[in-house]
Amino acid sequence: MAADNSLLLGLVEEFVSGQVDSKATETASGVKTGQFTVLQLVEALGLSLTSSQPHTRARGVQLLSQVLQECYSCLSEKEVEVLIAFYENRLKDHYVITPHVLQGLKALTKCSVLPPGSAVSILRSIFQDVHVQSLMVAERSCVYNILIGLMESREEELKGLGADFTFGFVQSVDGERDPRNLLLAFQVARNIIHRGYDLGKFVEELFEVTSCYFPIDFSPPPNDPHGITQEDLILSLRNVLTGTSRFAEFLLPLIIEKLDSDVQSAKVDSLQTLAACGLTYSHKELAEFLPGLWSSIRREVFQTASERVESAGLSALGALTSSLSRSVLSSDSEDSLQVFLNLVLKDCQHHLCEPDLKLVWPSTKLLQAAAGASYRASLIVSAAVIPALLEQYNNRTQCAQRRTLLEVLQGFVQPTPFSRPADGVESVLVAFQQSLCGVVFSALVESSAGLQVTATRVLTALGQQPCLLAQADVEKAVDHLSRLILEEEDTQVSLAVVECSGALAHLHPKAFISRMIPRLKEEILSESNSAVRLRCVTAVASVSSQLSVVQESTPVLLQVLASAHTGSCSFSVEEVSAVCISLQRIAAHARDTEEIGRFFHSNIIPRLLGLALQAALQSRDSGHSSPLTDEAVLSALVPVISTACAALQSESASRMAAQVVSLFLDGDVSFLPENAFPSQIQLLQSQAESPSQLVCLLMACVCSLPRSVDIPEIDRLLVQLEDLICSCSHLFCYTFAAKCFAGLVNKRLAGEALDAVLERVLKRISVELENGSSSQRTQAFTLLLWVAKALLLRYHPLSTALTDKLFALLSDPELGSQAADGFCVLMSDSPDVLNRSCHADVRIMYRQRFFAENSSKLVEGFNSAEQEKKSCYLKALSHIVNNLPREVQLTELPALLPLLLEALSCPDREVQFSTLSCMQPVLLEPPEALRNQLEALFSRMLALTTSSDMKVRIASIRCVHALSRLPEHVVLPFRARVLKALAVCLDDRKRLVRNEAVAARGQWFLIGSPGGR
Amino acid sequence: MSGGTRLENANPLIFQRSGERLLTATDEDEDVADPIDDREIFDLIRSINDPEHPLSLEELNVVEQMRVNVSDEESTVSVEFTPTIPHCSMATLIGLSIKVKLLRSLPDRFKIDVHITPGTHASEDAVNKQLADKERVAAALENSQLLEVVNQCLYTRSM
Repeated sequence: MAADNSLLLGLVEEFVSGQVDSKATETASGVKTGQFTVLQLVEALGLSLTSSQPHTRARGVQLLSQVLQECYSCLSEKEVEVLIAFYENRLKDHYVITPHVLQGLKALTKCSVLPPGSAVSILRSIFQDVHVQSLMVAERSCVYNILIGLMESREEELKGLGADFTFGFVQSVDGERDPRNLLLAFQVARNIIHRGYDLGKFVEELFEVTSCYFPIDFSPPPNDPHGITQEDLILSLRNVLTGTSRFAEFLLPLIIEKLDSDVQSAKVDSLQTLAACGLTYSHKELAEFLPGLWSSIRREVFQTASERVESAGLSALGALTSSLSRSVLSSDSEDSLQVFLNLVLKDCQHHLCEPDLKLVWPSTKLLQAAAGASYRASLIVSAAVIPALLEQYNNRTQCAQRRTLLEVLQGFVQPTPFSRPADGVESVLVAFQQSLCGVVFSALVESSAGLQVTATRVLTALGQQPCLLAQADVEKAVDHLSRLILEEEDTQVSLAVVECSGALAHLHPKAFISRMIPRLKEEILSESNSAVRLRCVTAVASVSSQLSVVQESTPVLLQVLASAHTGSCSFSVEEVSAVCISLQRIAAHARDTEEIGRFFHSNIIPRLLGLALQAALQSRDSGHSSPLTDEAVLSALVPVISTACAALQSESASRMAAQVVSLFLDGDVSFLPENAFPSQIQLLQSQAESPSQLVCLLMACVCSLPRSVDIPEIDRLLVQLEDLICSCSHLFCYTFAAKCFAGLVNKRLAGEALDAVLERVLKRISVELENGSSSQRTQAFTLLLWVAKALLLRYHPLSTALTDKLFALLSDPELGSQAADGFCVLMSDSPDVLNRSCHADVRIMYRQRFFAENSSKLVEGFNSAEQEKKSCYLKALSHIVNNLPREVQLTELPALLPLLLEALSCPDREVQFSTLSCMQPVLLEPPEALRNQLEALFSRMLALTTSSDMKVRIASIRCVHALSRLPEHVVLPFRARVLKALAVCLDDRKRLVRNEAVAARGQWFLIGSPGGR
Repeated sequence: MSGGTRLENANPLIFQRSGERLLTATDEDEDVADPIDDREIFDLIRSINDPEHPLSLEELNVVEQMRVNVSDEESTVSVEFTPTIPHCSMATLIGLSIKVKLLRSLPDRFKIDVHITPGTHASEDAVNKQLADKERVAAALENSQLLEVVNQCLYTRSM
């Protein structure tokens, strides 16, 4: 004990007079371990605490406070009481001691055994004895933290202080300047307001000390050590100011005043604060200021050049309107919402009658913001605006004016989530239903494209609300739409018409089945011109989202394929492909509707397979080539089948798999319609080209089924595919066979069976590849590439071995360039197989992983390669980097920069182009590392702006443009040089290049020029 | 624009913008040279911002394609612009912006002539004279406040 005592005395001595700060932690750990008690420490401190020197006393208190900060949790209630009394007393002492006293108090307030009443007494002493604003930043923060801590733990006691607490806070915060402390102070203020502390008569004072910071103008210091943003301060201050409606009488005039400011951010902040007020304020608070607020909002929206101010103004108006809509009407006063909206209507409505003038749009936006705030508001605004607009529309004859009016009308027709009528309540537009339909139909027969497009949008909006289109109107609308599809040649209009048809067909399928599809069918199958046919085919696809429509529309499309095959009606390959694309769009609906999937499984897919098989056999036997043997058409059929198969549910999926596999392996044609096929067909072992082409349909089917589906006889299938690849010389066949093989391997469960397949195929690939004279090297390479991709996607351990082979092939004299392009296949998503939509096993971030593991191999290979083979490595690199996500590109760029710069000076134009297009997005937010390489970068980029390849010229000018976004001081030195180089491009022979040069040079002129950035 | 100031013409007529130039197959063809034509010049100046409104010169009908004349062989460009009101005090500034835009965007072989559509502005001659005087244009661009306004008119938000 005595030894402990002397040890403690020693520690205290060293800390207090020896000024050794580290002794505090030692003391604290002594207390914590129970070596000495707090009482012993106070006794040991005795002399220092009573010394006549303020600095010694300060040191003594500091030691005590630091120890308490560590061990406040092990104090007893009695000890806390004594210590608090001591500390409160010390607040009256010399000013050098105050900081340490506050630290000690802060520690004590964290005690769970804080005796009742002490919270109040601590605060009273602080408010009484400390002048907070004359303390340093850290001590002020300590005071705020004490307040926050006590508000958390002793809310009841503090409320007992009444308005004194608010007053004390107001006094201590008055004049605070540090943003860190402001955040704390705003938090205290927010707690005072939201948790119901008594504000007493200090409402205005509390408002004054916080609102003096409004609007916040703060820019964090460079390198931003504290991570406080202007946004943080704005939001926490807004929380305080808009927290109680008692501030309204002070805040609203302040907002009106600040809206007159010239500073844009002040305007935006004021408007946003006003919008936040809308949530808490009611009519009572707002009434007096509504005219002033409205005229400020109107002025901002009418005059501003900034979208931010405009949208803030509109949402403020919306918030005010919705607050007024909420307020309860009293019998003796007039309807405040009506009064306010009358004000808005008076100022805006007459602008709607001048569709040529500028203010028509700001007025429209204001009215729509008000109308969109609530159902009642939309009722009032629509009642006034819509008749006027309809009348204007009928009086005006110019298309441009009618179009503007209709666009304005469109905004009022579309309800917002807040103005949507409640269930069972009529839409506000019911009264105008007839005249609205009349206007829309009259606009649809106008000759102006813009007017027609707008009319289709209004029609869609009307159709989506109940009771706005009567059955007769729907039929009339369908007739109009069908006519436009057949007759209108403007692409914009037909796009809008098709979109509108799609939306309406979803809601009114019957009218479309009876009126549109027959007309389209007639047109498609008659000898009309190709553009009309294509439009009809697209329209058929877009209206088919309901099963009932699909059942009517797909037979039309299948009939096209059938008659294209028999030649009874001539269709170009382009038209047949368009039919396939439409079928695919219909198949995509199977994802949402299971019945459509089943319909495809039972009807469409067998018929498609049957047609393709007939065409293939016919072309083999008689040499007649139908469009269905064309590679373009077959490739277009692939997505139809794979989209439908991907959506099949488990039972139909397994049946589908069994049917297709037995068709391809054994020639079992029983499930195909019009069963008139020869009995012995060997699709995968055929020597002729056209039947084996059908392997693409096999792939479409088996590779897109859900992973849970077992493919029957998969081993035999894999063997036959492998043989097909190695024996076939037709690019289309062996590529699809390889994709099919890869698709199956990717989904197969890991295990011995898979290992055996892989071992066999790898051996075969190696044999073929090593045999330099083999004619099958390309085929073997294709198989290698796709299998590598299949394994890479699922993180299979063998994938590294395979990709290493690909790296080795980069220096191969024959296959080098193909291997380089292969990395594009490896890294990009393939549209028809091995992607997530066909349920392939794709691990996340496989690209990053591949890049991380292999970039060094590539760099090594590049360095050791002979000069003429280097371009293959660069091409591979640019393919890999191009497909990486932006974030990875940014982090990896520094390491790769030398290589990419090398690639820019590589004579191969493809390499140049792909490197440039990979760098351009990175340059938009250039990483630090680039800054040191600017000289090299500029000289290479500028040299490429006069390349002989137009694509390269455009890409390099875009990069130069992107570089203009670097900080001014970094790029200013290059300005003159860039402007001179780009001047040459202004006289380029190609207009597209000139356009890029104009844009880039314009930006570079702005650098370092006043008003530029 | 601050709350207090009033615009000279607060509610001007708005005209529709023409669409983007359509790409043709020859535009992509490396072997065909595209001459600089009226539409190309019009595309350069139509998106210049008005100094007062958040609108382009095209939307205010200050510039029109029919008032642009260019001859690629003779390397001359002539642009006429029409102020929205005859007393528009911004006429010189708009003319200057058009001129600067063309100077920055055309090869230096071109002789650029920018003037007011005859009969549409009160002090037409004075403005035309200023815009035609090379040295006065150069001097105007030395003035950093003027240059700042011109740059703001030429600033494009895209990218």
